[in-house]
Amino acid sequence: MAWTRFTKKKDMPGGLWIKCEGCGSMLFRKEFEARHRVCASCGYHFTLPGRDRIELTADEGSFEELHVDLFAEDRLGFVDRQPYAEKLVATRKKTGENDAAIIGNAKILGHDCVLAVMNFQFLGGSMGMVVGEKIARAIETAIERKVPVLIFACSGGARMHEGAISLMQMAKTCAALSKLRDAGGFSISVMTHPTTGGVTASFASVCDLLIAEPGALIGFAGPRVIATTIKKELPKGFQRAEFLLEKGQIDRIVARDAMREELARLIAYATGAPFSVVGGAAEEAGVEDGAAGAVDAETGGGDDKKKSRRAKKPKASRKTAAAEASSGSDRR
Amino acid sequence: MSSSEHRAAETIQNGLGFERPLLEMEQKIAELERLAQSTHLDLAGEIKALQERLRRQTAEVYGSLTPWEKVNVARHADRPLTSDYVQNMCDDFVELHGDRVFGDDRAMVTGLATMGDLRFMLVGHRKGKTVKDRLACNFGCAHPEGYRKALQKMKLAERMNLPIVTLINTPGAYPGIGAEERGQAAAIATNILEMFGLRVPILSIVIGEGGSGGALGIGVGDRVGILEHSYYSVISPEGCAAILWKSGDKAPDAAEALKLTSGELLKHGLVDAVIEEPLGGAHRDPAGTYVRVRNQIETWINELRGYEVDELLDRRYAKFRGMGLPLASPIEVG
Repeated sequence: MAWTRFTKKKDMPGGLWIKCEGCGSMLFRKEFEARHRVCASCGYHFTLPGRDRIELTADEGSFEELHVDLFAEDRLGFVDRQPYAEKLVATRKKTGENDAAIIGNAKILGHDCVLAVMNFQFLGGSMGMVVGEKIARAIETAIERKVPVLIFACSGGARMHEGAISLMQMAKTCAALSKLRDAGGFSISVMTHPTTGGVTASFASVCDLLIAEPGALIGFAGPRVIATTIKKELPKGFQRAEFLLEKGQIDRIVARDAMREELARLIAYATGAPFSVVGGAAEEAGVEDGAAGAVDAETGGGDDKKKSRRAKKPKASRKTAAAEASSGSDRR
Repeated sequence: MSSSEHRAAETIQNGLGFERPLLEMEQKIAELERLAQSTHLDLAGEIKALQERLRRQTAEVYGSLTPWEKVNVARHADRPLTSDYVQNMCDDFVELHGDRVFGDDRAMVTGLATMGDLRFMLVGHRKGKTVKDRLACNFGCAHPEGYRKALQKMKLAERMNLPIVTLINTPGAYPGIGAEERGQAAAIATNILEMFGLRVPILSIVIGEGGSGGALGIGVGDRVGILEHSYYSVISPEGCAAILWKSGDKAPDAAEALKLTSGELLKHGLVDAVIEEPLGGAHRDPAGTYVRVRNQIETWINELRGYEVDELLDRRYAKFRGMGLPLASPIEVG
């Protein structure tokens, strides 16, 4: 919920050069944008605006946006230092977006899916009634169309300005995912920097597959809240994607430049569609984790396991994949 | 300092300053009663008059509490806790421990309960009574194993065909290193999702603090009730003030803005009923509070038993699916 902390950093300086938040190198803006906001020297993944994410993920011209006309209402008459209603109007004007989520039908390397992305530019990607409704509708569309749903999370958590209405969006989105599961559908959550609070504690953590971008901050409570509560310094790398992988909380870390192909490949496993393997299992064993941003501390053990599973079950049925994913999330 | 003076000082420090005149009058009545007993003087008339004044003033004070004052009533040291309801509202209770994986979180109590001719699985946040207890319970802030324990027992209830009653009273799920390592967010999310599929009636009652995701993690009920002076919020007033006002001192303003009181929640359709508290709050008359909560549970369980399971689940889904529907056109600001 501590999303305002990130909003200051998000605004890119207008100059030709950008300072990397990861290593401090100065990055040439044009190159930085061409690399989809990934640092050329350390691989730090900056937050990617929602529209850029769609462009990077969906096949060209395939994205058909759905439910554009959904708008938040200031039902509580919330006023902090500025009325929420005014804040909404100003943010809409500034970002050109109606709220913090964009959903639509898409193809990824030819594979049909419903794609939902969160837009951090809009009030820190916070989830209120519109985000909750759009995520639920994306999932419902996936049920109707019998295609997988992909959700890119990027959010500081629930939107405080909508009070407990925001809190109940956690229930709304999970309800939709429970329907998807009953209908035999398939869902993939990609957690990007940052994903915290009520978004992590709802739909982002209970999809069939949980993917994260390298270095992404992912957690329930914000690091500052935890540090204040326990009055201790937090361990290095705490709540980063690599930490979550090590603790068994997510399935995979995938670098931004490999994400599209990876998602297509996972969708193919879920739907049984053919997929032309570029690297294959050999690549998976050695190169893939290096490609995942050179930040992966994973040992060979995990890779062997993956490889043997792939060898035994070249085409996991949708049901098994879902069952594995859900039992995996129950386990710890 | 006498114990009553100490109590008064503590009360005011806890944001319960509005209680002071009531406490003073209660003290005076007690003194008169003692005097009447020791001196055999007939003070019945005076006592009665004072009691009547106390009743009026209590009604006045409690009828006009600010949201922040209500938050402090919800946190009152003498407010009945889950363990009190277990002891005083249930006729039998068999505690069931552990999440079968990692541990037994003391901040979450689960077990088989009987109330009259009703049997159910009780799941509730536990804050602890004594200092030692409170520490063991992390002041009611559960860890992931607490939420997993709750889910494991709720699934057991489904197998045993027992309704589920959850008592919500938490400042929030615990924010700590171990909690994050073991997937606090995923534990809460899993509970929320799984509760939509449990094929038995679920009742949830907020008896004190309804702190954010930590509350909702056992809060997906077919019926959700809230005690009059409880609160249910997306974030604590202190946390909200620190983020939006950049100052923890603004918690009273945040409490006001968040619309976290029982009346507001009912108005916005986020709870099904407000359970009225005895005059002056649950802490003034715990026994009266147990009766009211018990009646509500009985009414609701009997009502929900009338539904076919599939219909029950459809209604549970529809209820939460319909919360906070957006507009089809943007709001205008004048």
